[in-house]
Amino acid sequence: MSTSGFVAEKDKREGWNRPPVIEPDGEGELLEVSMGPHHPSTHGVFRMDVALDGERVIRLKPVFGYLHRNHEKIAEGISYLGSMPFTDRLDYLCPLTNNWAYALAVEKLTGQAVPERAEYLRVIVGELTRVQNHASSIGFLIQEMGASGTPLMYAFKAREKILDLFEELTGARMMCNYMRFGGCRVDATADWLAVTRKVVEELPGFVDEFERLLRGNEILMARTQGVGILRPELAVNAGVTGPMLRASGVNYDIRKVDGYGVYNRFKFRVPLGDHWDVFDRFMIRLLEMRESIKILEQALKDIPGGPVMDAKAKLRGFRPKPGEAYGRIESPKGELGFYLISDGGPNPYRYRVRPPSLINLTVLEDMALGQNVADVVLIFGSVDIILGEVDR
Amino acid sequence: MAVDEGLKIELGKQGVLVTTIEELYNWGRKNSVWPMQFGLACCAIEMIATTMARYDLARFGAEVFRPSPRQADLMIISGTVTKKMAPQVVRLYNQMAEPRYVIAMGACAISGGPFKEGYNVLKGIDRYIPVDVHIPGCPPRPEALIQAFMLLQKKIDGQHLTGPDRPRFLDAEAQGEFPVPVQGEHDLEPASNPGVWTVPVVIR
Repeated sequence: MSTSGFVAEKDKREGWNRPPVIEPDGEGELLEVSMGPHHPSTHGVFRMDVALDGERVIRLKPVFGYLHRNHEKIAEGISYLGSMPFTDRLDYLCPLTNNWAYALAVEKLTGQAVPERAEYLRVIVGELTRVQNHASSIGFLIQEMGASGTPLMYAFKAREKILDLFEELTGARMMCNYMRFGGCRVDATADWLAVTRKVVEELPGFVDEFERLLRGNEILMARTQGVGILRPELAVNAGVTGPMLRASGVNYDIRKVDGYGVYNRFKFRVPLGDHWDVFDRFMIRLLEMRESIKILEQALKDIPGGPVMDAKAKLRGFRPKPGEAYGRIESPKGELGFYLISDGGPNPYRYRVRPPSLINLTVLEDMALGQNVADVVLIFGSVDIILGEVDR
Repeated sequence: MAVDEGLKIELGKQGVLVTTIEELYNWGRKNSVWPMQFGLACCAIEMIATTMARYDLARFGAEVFRPSPRQADLMIISGTVTKKMAPQVVRLYNQMAEPRYVIAMGACAISGGPFKEGYNVLKGIDRYIPVDVHIPGCPPRPEALIQAFMLLQKKIDGQHLTGPDRPRFLDAEAQGEFPVPVQGEHDLEPASNPGVWTVPVVIR
């Protein structure tokens, strides 16, 4: 029997409520499989070194760094504004929320105010981003289950409509580079708002269709229910945030906790999971799409007039006072934070991203131990990561 | 050996198809380019969008994304190639069967793009493997990827099976296996494949 470093160690982290350590049954050899970095189910370039006893996972070691693009180091060498397009490329499914988190951090650092119309526009584009991200992530999850194409086609149908809105507003489908310190780059026209209202009116129909297609599916239920359980204690201790944490039944949504922007003016609920499994994560994303649509409807109704950039806002050549700031938002993946230290120069002295994808991924082994190897792919998909954000 | 166009049409009216092996072969190949299901970074999302209903890459016979390099004809380098990933990309390319083609999608795959100044980003995948079509953009729109496909189809259509300008895969002398770079002390070694890429000469 092979014992080459892969036999499960005894759990040293007591009180973490980890799932029981899986011991090999002693028959046959452990099979060590390297899944990735080119693997159809990994969302990009990610590797899992898995040790298998038959079909069961005995040990799983994630290997990162295949997409490390030194985003943080580059940002320390260029001006504050220069980093804004780079934030688009962090989590490339939702660039607008990345812009938002970074703008928030710099606004905290410099004490910059944001006009009300800009706050509303931020909420609108942020929630549109959340809807398209959740739809795509569900599509990818089901694709990993083997339904190649169909659910993803439905998801991308809605996504393309939202991307059209982004393109009209910001000029780019994906890399929007829309927000600025003290507002937004361009104002939305009345036409754009009218088209957005129309798209948002159609979104509940899309979510209904998507839900009808998937929720009652027997194969989906059999594959996801009771699989990849993440206990709330572990989720909290590991710093998991976003839909993952809420699917584990912990009521924590930064939109409610911080009320950043104008979020405390909107009425919406925070869906919570009951069974902590992959199916809950799938359902939470569906329900969050509905809540996002509610926010969108309210924001589009109440959006005030006025400027979208603060008159005193400086974009170039400013030197913040020495100090530090941490801006965080509820991105579709979880808590996305930017931590900046200024030494009084034109560039940040230290620039750090708190990536929700990476931190949510740290519990992958705990969820996958003892499961079948085919379910690992599914559990991995339910975390909803983007490698650009994991490796940065 | 070209057939007279007028005669061809006249025979076609009588239900006789006259063609050459070369034309038939290239026609079949260009309409069934199967790409490898291989995403690297941001551009991969646009690549997926291209295959979806709206842009529908299936119109060009290229919707069958194969997870295995053995079954693929085309590698779309969709995104940033880091120095950690470059050996794997070259290895995957080596595993593909000839004839094989490469599309470098996006600024990162062409030159390193916005991340070029970083310490961990390869400054263009064409340093290690031959690239057939480059599409600029960050990321390129789906239309741009479709255009790259059409350019590739044009290229395949123009390939001769015999003669001195025949493609690499028909040349027994040509390089088939490309050396996989390894992580050296400071950088990837070798820094480029001289058979594929040389330092461009700047003419002023």
